[in-house]
Amino acid sequence: MDIIRLGHKVREGSIPGDGSPDDEAVLHSGLVQLTTLDHALNWARRSALWPLSFGLACCAIEMIATGTSRYDISRFGAEVFRPSARQADLMIVAGTVTRKMAPAIRRIWDQMPDPKYCIAMGGCASEGGPYVNAYNVVQGSDQIIPVDIYIPGCPPRPDALLDGLMKLQRKIDLGKADSAFSRESR
Amino acid sequence: MSDTNPDGDTVVEQLRAAFPTVSFRMVDPGVPSCVVPTEQVADVASFLKSTPGLDFNYLASITAIDYLDRFDVVYQIRSLVHNQDFIFRVEVDRDGATVPSVTRTWRAADFQEREIFDLMGLEFSGHPNLSRILLYDEFDGHPLRKDWRLPAEPRS
Repeated sequence: MDIIRLGHKVREGSIPGDGSPDDEAVLHSGLVQLTTLDHALNWARRSALWPLSFGLACCAIEMIATGTSRYDISRFGAEVFRPSARQADLMIVAGTVTRKMAPAIRRIWDQMPDPKYCIAMGGCASEGGPYVNAYNVVQGSDQIIPVDIYIPGCPPRPDALLDGLMKLQRKIDLGKADSAFSRESR
Repeated sequence: MSDTNPDGDTVVEQLRAAFPTVSFRMVDPGVPSCVVPTEQVADVASFLKSTPGLDFNYLASITAIDYLDRFDVVYQIRSLVHNQDFIFRVEVDRDGATVPSVTRTWRAADFQEREIFDLMGLEFSGHPNLSRILLYDEFDGHPLRKDWRLPAEPRS
Protein backbone atom coordinates (compact mmCIF):
# COMPACT_ATOMS: atom_id res chain seq x y z
CA MET A 1 0.00 0.00 0.00
CA ASP A 2 1.62 3.19 -1.11
CA ILE A 3 0.39 6.47 0.17
CA ILE A 4 2.23 9.43 -1.11
CA ARG A 5 1.49 12.70 0.51
CA LEU A 6 3.96 15.44 0.10
CA GLY A 7 6.58 12.83 -0.71
CA HIS A 8 6.00 10.79 2.43
CA LYS A 9 5.71 7.10 1.69
CA VAL A 10 4.33 4.68 4.24
CA ARG A 11 6.81 1.97 5.13
CA GLU A 12 5.86 -1.45 3.98
CA GLY A 13 4.59 -3.39 6.96
CA SER A 14 4.17 -0.50 9.32
CA ILE A 15 1.75 -1.20 12.08
CA PRO A 16 -1.15 1.17 12.55
CA GLY A 17 -1.00 2.55 16.01
CA ASP A 18 2.74 2.36 16.58
CA GLY A 19 2.89 6.12 16.83
CA SER A 20 5.12 6.55 13.81
CA PRO A 21 4.66 9.37 11.30
CA ASP A 22 2.94 6.79 9.07
CA ASP A 23 -0.08 6.99 11.34
CA GLU A 24 -0.58 10.62 10.61
CA ALA A 25 0.02 10.00 6.92
CA VAL A 26 -2.72 7.38 6.81
CA LEU A 27 -5.01 9.57 8.85
CA HIS A 28 -4.77 12.52 6.55
CA SER A 29 -4.16 10.77 3.26
CA GLY A 30 -7.74 10.36 2.32
CA LEU A 31 -7.45 6.56 2.43
CA VAL A 32 -9.29 6.48 5.71
CA GLN A 33 -11.92 9.15 5.70
CA LEU A 34 -12.63 10.32 9.19
CA THR A 35 -15.10 13.09 9.72
CA THR A 36 -15.03 15.30 12.74
CA LEU A 37 -17.82 13.24 14.21
CA ASP A 38 -15.80 10.07 13.67
CA HIS A 39 -12.87 11.70 15.40
CA ALA A 40 -15.04 12.60 18.34
CA LEU A 41 -16.62 9.17 18.57
CA ASN A 42 -13.26 7.44 18.31
CA TRP A 43 -11.85 9.67 21.01
CA ALA A 44 -14.78 8.89 23.26
CA ARG A 45 -14.57 5.16 22.65
CA ARG A 46 -10.87 4.80 23.18
CA SER A 47 -10.73 7.01 26.24
CA ALA A 48 -13.14 4.89 28.23
CA LEU A 49 -12.49 1.29 27.30
CA TRP A 50 -14.05 -0.78 30.03
CA PRO A 51 -12.50 -4.22 30.09
CA LEU A 52 -14.36 -7.41 30.68
CA SER A 53 -12.55 -9.38 33.33
CA PHE A 54 -11.73 -12.52 31.43
CA GLY A 55 -8.75 -13.90 33.25
CA LEU A 56 -8.43 -17.56 32.43
CA ALA A 57 -4.99 -18.47 33.78
CA CYS A 58 -1.72 -16.94 34.92
CA CYS A 59 -1.97 -13.84 32.72
CA ALA A 60 -4.93 -12.87 34.85
CA ILE A 61 -2.53 -12.20 37.72
CA GLU A 62 -0.58 -9.74 35.59
CA MET A 63 -3.85 -8.17 34.47
CA ILE A 64 -4.82 -7.72 38.10
CA ALA A 65 -1.40 -6.22 38.76
CA THR A 66 -2.03 -3.78 35.95
CA GLY A 67 -5.12 -2.66 37.79
CA THR A 68 -3.28 -2.01 41.03
CA SER A 69 -1.94 1.36 41.96
CA ARG A 70 1.61 0.89 40.66
CA TYR A 71 0.60 0.39 37.02
CA ASP A 72 -2.94 1.70 37.25
CA ILE A 73 -4.84 0.82 34.13
CA SER A 74 -7.56 3.28 35.07
CA ARG A 75 -5.26 6.10 34.00
CA PHE A 76 -6.00 4.92 30.48
CA GLY A 77 -9.72 5.00 30.85
CA ALA A 78 -10.20 1.41 31.93
CA GLU A 79 -11.73 2.59 35.13
CA VAL A 80 -13.63 -0.54 36.05
CA PHE A 81 -13.40 -4.15 35.01
CA ARG A 82 -16.96 -5.10 34.30
CA PRO A 83 -18.00 -8.62 35.27
CA SER A 84 -20.93 -8.49 32.88
CA ALA A 85 -20.22 -8.78 29.18
CA ARG A 86 -23.15 -6.54 28.38
CA GLN A 87 -21.49 -3.59 30.08
CA ALA A 88 -17.96 -4.03 28.74
CA ASP A 89 -16.41 -3.03 25.44
CA LEU A 90 -12.97 -4.59 25.68
CA MET A 91 -12.35 -8.28 26.16
CA ILE A 92 -8.84 -9.01 27.39
CA VAL A 93 -8.35 -12.74 26.91
CA ALA A 94 -5.76 -13.36 29.59
CA GLY A 95 -4.75 -16.98 29.73
CA THR A 96 -4.98 -20.36 28.10
CA VAL A 97 -8.05 -21.05 26.03
CA THR A 98 -9.00 -24.68 26.59
CA ARG A 99 -11.34 -26.52 24.30
CA LYS A 100 -13.75 -26.88 27.18
CA MET A 101 -13.84 -23.11 27.66
CA ALA A 102 -14.03 -22.23 23.95
CA PRO A 103 -17.85 -22.22 23.58
CA ALA A 104 -18.13 -20.00 26.64
CA ILE A 105 -15.66 -17.49 25.23
CA ARG A 106 -17.61 -17.30 21.98
CA ARG A 107 -20.88 -16.86 23.83
CA ILE A 108 -19.50 -14.09 26.04
CA TRP A 109 -18.03 -12.32 23.03
CA ASP A 110 -21.40 -12.46 21.29
CA GLN A 111 -23.05 -10.97 24.35
CA MET A 112 -20.85 -7.90 24.25
CA PRO A 113 -22.50 -4.97 22.49
CA ASP A 114 -20.79 -3.21 19.59
CA PRO A 115 -18.36 -1.50 19.34
CA LYS A 116 -16.21 -4.11 20.98
CA TYR A 117 -12.52 -4.87 20.83
CA CYS A 118 -10.34 -7.78 21.85
CA ILE A 119 -6.83 -7.98 23.18
CA ALA A 120 -5.14 -11.37 23.25
CA MET A 121 -2.84 -11.16 26.22
CA GLY A 122 0.04 -13.55 26.52
CA GLY A 123 1.34 -16.47 24.54
CA CYS A 124 -1.56 -18.82 25.19
CA ALA A 125 -4.22 -16.39 24.02
CA SER A 126 -2.16 -15.39 21.01
CA GLU A 127 -1.19 -18.74 19.56
CA GLY A 128 -1.53 -21.41 22.20
CA GLY A 129 1.61 -20.56 24.07
CA PRO A 130 3.76 -23.47 25.20
CA TYR A 131 0.92 -25.93 24.63
CA VAL A 132 1.77 -26.88 21.07
CA ASN A 133 -0.26 -29.80 19.74
CA ALA A 134 -2.02 -30.14 23.06
CA TYR A 135 -5.10 -32.26 23.40
CA ASN A 136 -7.18 -29.66 25.15
CA VAL A 137 -5.80 -26.24 24.21
CA VAL A 138 -7.08 -24.02 21.41
CA GLN A 139 -4.08 -22.65 19.56
CA GLY A 140 -4.91 -19.01 20.08
CA SER A 141 -8.10 -17.16 20.90
CA ASP A 142 -8.25 -15.82 17.35
CA GLN A 143 -9.53 -19.24 16.35
CA ILE A 144 -12.75 -18.26 18.06
CA ILE A 145 -13.07 -14.48 18.19
CA PRO A 146 -11.58 -11.63 16.15
CA VAL A 147 -8.55 -10.16 17.89
CA ASP A 148 -7.30 -6.60 17.52
CA ILE A 149 -4.07 -6.63 19.51
CA TYR A 150 -1.74 -9.49 20.40
CA ILE A 151 0.57 -9.09 23.35
CA PRO A 152 3.42 -11.60 23.53
CA GLY A 153 4.80 -12.75 26.83
CA CYS A 154 4.49 -15.47 29.36
CA PRO A 155 3.16 -13.57 31.13
CA PRO A 156 3.58 -10.12 29.66
CA ARG A 157 4.58 -7.51 32.21
CA PRO A 158 1.88 -5.03 33.21
CA ASP A 159 3.85 -2.48 31.21
CA ALA A 160 3.38 -4.65 28.14
CA LEU A 161 -0.36 -4.87 28.70
CA LEU A 162 -0.51 -1.09 29.01
CA ASP A 163 1.53 -0.77 25.82
CA GLY A 164 -0.93 -3.06 24.06
CA LEU A 165 -3.83 -1.03 25.39
CA MET A 166 -2.26 2.17 24.13
CA LYS A 167 -1.76 0.57 20.72
CA LEU A 168 -5.40 -0.39 20.69
CA GLN A 169 -6.33 3.16 21.53
CA ARG A 170 -4.23 4.43 18.66
CA LYS A 171 -5.81 1.86 16.39
CA ILE A 172 -9.25 3.09 17.37
CA ASP A 173 -8.17 6.65 16.69
CA LEU A 174 -7.17 5.70 13.20
CA GLY A 175 -10.48 4.04 12.56
CA LYS A 176 -8.78 0.70 12.01
CA ALA A 177 -10.21 -1.21 14.92
CA ASP A 178 -13.77 -1.77 13.87
CA SER A 179 -13.31 -5.52 13.96
CA ALA A 180 -16.89 -6.14 14.92
CA PHE A 181 -18.32 -3.75 12.35
CA SER A 182 -16.33 -4.35 9.27
CA ARG A 183 -15.86 -8.10 9.43
CA GLU A 184 -18.37 -10.87 9.38
CA SER A 185 -18.40 -12.18 12.90
CA ARG A 186 -16.67 -15.55 12.93
CA MET B 1 8.50 -45.17 59.05
CA SER B 2 9.16 -41.63 57.84
CA ASP B 3 9.45 -38.14 59.24
CA THR B 4 5.86 -37.30 58.56
CA ASN B 5 4.50 -40.69 59.40
CA PRO B 6 6.26 -41.98 62.50
CA ASP B 7 3.33 -44.12 63.56
CA GLY B 8 2.58 -45.67 60.19
CA ASP B 9 3.32 -49.09 61.56
CA THR B 10 0.72 -48.55 64.25
CA VAL B 11 -1.91 -47.76 61.67
CA VAL B 12 -1.15 -50.90 59.70
CA GLU B 13 -1.24 -52.96 62.89
CA GLN B 14 -4.68 -51.61 63.71
CA LEU B 15 -5.82 -52.33 60.18
CA ARG B 16 -4.62 -55.91 60.43
CA ALA B 17 -6.35 -56.30 63.75
CA ALA B 18 -9.62 -54.94 62.44
CA PHE B 19 -9.55 -56.88 59.15
CA PRO B 20 -8.07 -60.24 60.09
CA THR B 21 -8.99 -61.99 56.84
CA VAL B 22 -7.42 -59.32 54.64
CA SER B 23 -3.73 -59.25 53.79
CA PHE B 24 -2.09 -55.84 53.75
CA ARG B 25 1.23 -55.55 52.01
CA MET B 26 3.73 -52.78 52.56
CA VAL B 27 5.55 -51.36 49.57
CA ASP B 28 8.09 -48.59 49.35
CA PRO B 29 8.47 -47.04 45.89
CA GLY B 30 10.09 -44.03 47.52
CA VAL B 31 7.39 -43.45 50.09
CA PRO B 32 6.14 -46.24 52.36
CA SER B 33 2.56 -47.12 51.56
CA CYS B 34 0.18 -49.94 52.29
CA VAL B 35 -1.43 -51.94 49.50
CA VAL B 36 -5.11 -52.57 50.12
CA PRO B 37 -7.08 -55.14 48.11
CA THR B 38 -9.50 -53.45 45.76
CA GLU B 39 -12.72 -54.77 47.22
CA GLN B 40 -11.83 -53.61 50.75
CA VAL B 41 -11.20 -49.97 49.85
CA ALA B 42 -14.50 -48.55 51.02
CA ASP B 43 -14.45 -50.46 54.29
CA VAL B 44 -10.83 -49.58 55.02
CA ALA B 45 -11.56 -45.94 54.26
CA SER B 46 -14.44 -45.66 56.65
CA PHE B 47 -12.49 -47.58 59.29
CA LEU B 48 -9.57 -45.16 58.99
CA LYS B 49 -11.85 -42.18 59.27
CA SER B 50 -14.14 -43.22 62.05
CA THR B 51 -11.88 -45.11 64.45
CA PRO B 52 -11.03 -42.98 67.48
CA GLY B 53 -7.26 -42.87 67.70
CA LEU B 54 -6.89 -42.86 63.92
CA ASP B 55 -9.35 -40.12 62.86
CA PHE B 56 -8.13 -39.67 59.31
CA ASN B 57 -10.58 -36.95 58.51
CA TYR B 58 -8.74 -35.19 55.68
CA LEU B 59 -8.17 -36.61 52.22
CA ALA B 60 -5.19 -34.82 50.74
CA SER B 61 -5.33 -36.42 47.29
CA ILE B 62 -6.14 -39.42 45.19
CA THR B 63 -3.96 -40.01 42.19
CA ALA B 64 -3.47 -42.80 39.68
CA ILE B 65 -0.24 -44.11 38.22
CA ASP B 66 0.03 -46.00 34.96
CA TYR B 67 2.59 -48.76 35.27
CA LEU B 68 2.21 -50.27 31.84
CA ASP B 69 0.80 -53.56 33.12
CA ARG B 70 -1.49 -52.11 35.81
CA PHE B 71 -2.84 -48.98 37.42
CA ASP B 72 -2.09 -47.96 40.99
CA VAL B 73 -4.49 -45.64 42.75
CA VAL B 74 -2.76 -43.86 45.61
CA TYR B 75 -4.72 -42.32 48.47
CA GLN B 76 -3.00 -39.80 50.70
CA ILE B 77 -4.91 -39.09 53.88
CA ARG B 78 -4.20 -37.04 56.96
CA SER B 79 -5.36 -36.97 60.52
CA LEU B 80 -5.69 -33.34 61.50
CA VAL B 81 -6.48 -34.43 65.03
CA HIS B 82 -3.35 -36.49 65.63
CA ASN B 83 -1.13 -34.71 63.08
CA GLN B 84 -0.34 -37.83 61.15
CA ASP B 85 -0.52 -38.88 57.53
CA PHE B 86 -0.93 -42.22 55.86
CA ILE B 87 -0.72 -43.43 52.30
CA PHE B 88 -2.46 -46.48 50.95
CA ARG B 89 -2.79 -47.73 47.42
CA VAL B 90 -4.80 -50.07 45.29
CA GLU B 91 -3.47 -52.10 42.38
CA VAL B 92 -5.88 -52.77 39.52
CA ASP B 93 -5.77 -54.01 35.94
CA ARG B 94 -5.67 -51.42 33.21
CA ASP B 95 -8.71 -52.50 31.29
CA GLY B 96 -12.21 -52.71 32.65
CA ALA B 97 -11.27 -52.45 36.31
CA THR B 98 -13.48 -50.69 38.81
CA VAL B 99 -12.46 -49.31 42.16
CA PRO B 100 -15.01 -48.62 44.91
CA SER B 101 -15.48 -44.91 45.43
CA VAL B 102 -14.63 -43.34 48.78
CA THR B 103 -16.84 -40.29 48.33
CA ARG B 104 -19.10 -41.41 51.16
CA THR B 105 -16.15 -41.23 53.51
CA TRP B 106 -14.40 -38.14 52.21
CA ARG B 107 -16.32 -35.62 50.06
CA ALA B 108 -13.04 -34.40 48.58
CA ALA B 109 -12.80 -37.67 46.68
CA ASP B 110 -15.60 -36.57 44.38
CA PHE B 111 -13.55 -34.34 42.07
CA GLN B 112 -10.34 -36.33 42.48
CA GLU B 113 -11.99 -39.52 41.25
CA ARG B 114 -13.65 -37.67 38.38
CA GLU B 115 -10.25 -36.41 37.30
CA ILE B 116 -8.81 -39.93 37.36
CA PHE B 117 -11.75 -41.17 35.33
CA ASP B 118 -11.36 -38.32 32.85
CA LEU B 119 -7.65 -38.66 32.26
CA MET B 120 -7.00 -42.37 32.94
CA GLY B 121 -10.29 -44.03 32.20
CA LEU B 122 -10.54 -45.83 35.52
CA GLU B 123 -14.09 -46.15 36.81
CA PHE B 124 -15.21 -45.77 40.39
CA SER B 125 -18.32 -47.64 41.46
CA GLY B 126 -20.76 -45.80 43.67
CA HIS B 127 -19.58 -42.37 42.58
CA PRO B 128 -22.44 -39.84 42.56
CA ASN B 129 -21.46 -38.21 39.25
CA LEU B 130 -18.71 -39.94 37.33
CA SER B 131 -18.29 -37.67 34.32
CA ARG B 132 -15.47 -35.77 32.67
CA ILE B 133 -14.23 -32.80 34.62
CA LEU B 134 -11.25 -31.26 32.81
CA LEU B 135 -11.79 -32.28 29.20
CA TYR B 136 -14.87 -31.45 27.19
CA ASP B 137 -17.58 -34.07 27.29
CA GLU B 138 -17.25 -35.33 23.73
CA PHE B 139 -13.52 -35.93 24.01
CA ASP B 140 -12.49 -39.35 22.79
CA GLY B 141 -9.97 -41.27 24.88
CA HIS B 142 -8.08 -40.84 28.11
CA PRO B 143 -4.95 -38.80 27.49
CA LEU B 144 -2.79 -39.54 30.50
CA ARG B 145 -2.58 -43.23 29.75
CA LYS B 146 0.89 -44.17 28.62
CA ASP B 147 -0.38 -45.64 25.37
CA TRP B 148 -2.51 -42.66 24.32
CA ARG B 149 -1.23 -40.76 21.34
CA LEU B 150 -2.32 -37.50 19.79
CA PRO B 151 -4.39 -37.88 16.66
CA ALA B 152 -2.16 -37.73 13.60
CA GLU B 153 -3.33 -34.36 12.44
CA PRO B 154 -2.57 -31.62 14.94
CA ARG B 155 -5.83 -30.13 16.03
CA SER B 156 -6.28 -26.57 17.11
